[in-house]
Amino acid sequence: MDKPVNNRAWFLVLPVLVIVAFSAVIPLMTVVNYSVQDTFGNNQFFWNGLGWFQDVLESDRIRAALGRQLLFSAIILAIEIPLGIFIALNMPKRGFWASLVLVLMALPLLIPWNVVGTIWQVFGRVDIGLLGHTLAMLGIDYNYVNDPWDAWATIIVMDVWHWTSLVALLCYAGLQSIPDAYYQAARIDQASRWGVFRYIELPKMQGVLLIAVLLRFMDSFMIYTEPFVVTGGGPGNATTFLSIDLVKMAIGQFDLGPAAAFSLIYFLVILLISWVFYTVMTAQRDRT
Amino acid sequence: MTTTQASRGSAVVMTLYLLFLLVPIYWLVNMSLKTNAEITGTFSLYPLNPTLNNYRIILTDPSWYMGYVNSLIYVVMNTALSLAVALPAAYAFSRYRFLGDKHLFFWLLTNRMAPPAVFALPFFQLYSAVGLFDTHIAVALAHCLFNVPLAVWILEGFMSGVPREIDETAYIDGYSFPRFFTRIFMPLIASGIGVAAFFCFMFSWVELLLSRTLTSVNAKPIAATMTRTVSASGLDWGVLAAAGVLTILPGALVIWFVRNYIAKGFALGRV
Repeated sequence: MDKPVNNRAWFLVLPVLVIVAFSAVIPLMTVVNYSVQDTFGNNQFFWNGLGWFQDVLESDRIRAALGRQLLFSAIILAIEIPLGIFIALNMPKRGFWASLVLVLMALPLLIPWNVVGTIWQVFGRVDIGLLGHTLAMLGIDYNYVNDPWDAWATIIVMDVWHWTSLVALLCYAGLQSIPDAYYQAARIDQASRWGVFRYIELPKMQGVLLIAVLLRFMDSFMIYTEPFVVTGGGPGNATTFLSIDLVKMAIGQFDLGPAAAFSLIYFLVILLISWVFYTVMTAQRDRT
Repeated sequence: MTTTQASRGSAVVMTLYLLFLLVPIYWLVNMSLKTNAEITGTFSLYPLNPTLNNYRIILTDPSWYMGYVNSLIYVVMNTALSLAVALPAAYAFSRYRFLGDKHLFFWLLTNRMAPPAVFALPFFQLYSAVGLFDTHIAVALAHCLFNVPLAVWILEGFMSGVPREIDETAYIDGYSFPRFFTRIFMPLIASGIGVAAFFCFMFSWVELLLSRTLTSVNAKPIAATMTRTVSASGLDWGVLAAAGVLTILPGALVIWFVRNYIAKGFALGRV
């Protein structure tokens, strides 16, 4: 990296700074402001120190939501990453079919998130949905509205449907960068299929895989719209994840203080993960 | 022999996977072509009496089709705004080192990764306070939160692929920076600009939480129109399905052109 030092480049960055400051820094300061104050209404606020943070950290409800969130993200990663690799290995390499498969696979990624929710809400209904109807005909007692297990299963299958293609596409991009000479060498050495995967393909995919893991972790950690449309966080609180709980608190009940403290803690967690993400991405760039 | 077996296995895997992806979408399309009586009354894998009535309802009722118009307005505004500010910034990041550049780049990323739920309430209050609540520009600005960083990262990835000698030669030839940037540099990264525009468009189009929070009537997006219909009547499945199908169309129409850059776009220009 031998880029020239030029502090006038700041002028080029200034517009971005202004616009992102308006849509990120000011709102964030509002949140900080609320998180340390309490109110009796009438816009009269008084200092509450770290009280809300303590409340949030000790709240059983939020802890439960955090637990569900971590479990959800773990399940999503455990399914989507291996499945995505597997799909990527089976994708056609070149030609018209490769393009067509690429486009069809990307389709779920481009659907508005609430429509994704709607699709699965309808698909899983026992009376009018193909999935629900088929399961019912097979004699399986499936109802995502009343049964927490079925609700979880539906949301996990929905997320796998929605995002596995992202993992597959990233891995596919990694696989495409392997020169043919590597495979020829492996053939000469009579390497097994597993050997090719373990010693050629997996190491070459390492970089994109890290990106895929981090992206999927973050996005599943912030999931809101899809489960909100399908189950609304229910039955009971069974599928109330962090974002759903937060929006309920902030907009539904207008509990400004606790919601703000909750937001900040949530944001700090994301910040930490972003830092790992950034380090990984830039380190990888510098190596190549 | 083994290679043909392997490729046949691949074909089976891919067919199964694509079926898994497409069947739920097919079911939505299938429903959108049925009448409500057929949806709730009989169970069929394809529409027995195909009808376009559901689409007609949406395309003739302003409370429905204005949802699409509103969405399109703020999405286009957001894309234009994001690209306009991201282009010079991406150039700065790709060509120069300057005080705090790495920290700034990281800070941009954190905004892309920020949970929209954290920002919903403060956005609502901020835009209400400055009188922008329920306007298209409010949603367009709010979506800049994640789209500007995305555009900067993607464009920076493309710009770094252009050799720096081109800039230097142009400056020696007497080009000023604005003239060089618009006449020479932008055509060189045209595909990158296209890809960045596509992803800004898409992420703004699929987002619901912020756009719903910031609008009530005048700028209400199609996505919010849909959720309200579900909760209000909960019965008009055919129209709901048709509305869903219509939201898939814009992405489906242009995806062919960016198919080779999909992975790059989703990974913020880093593949």
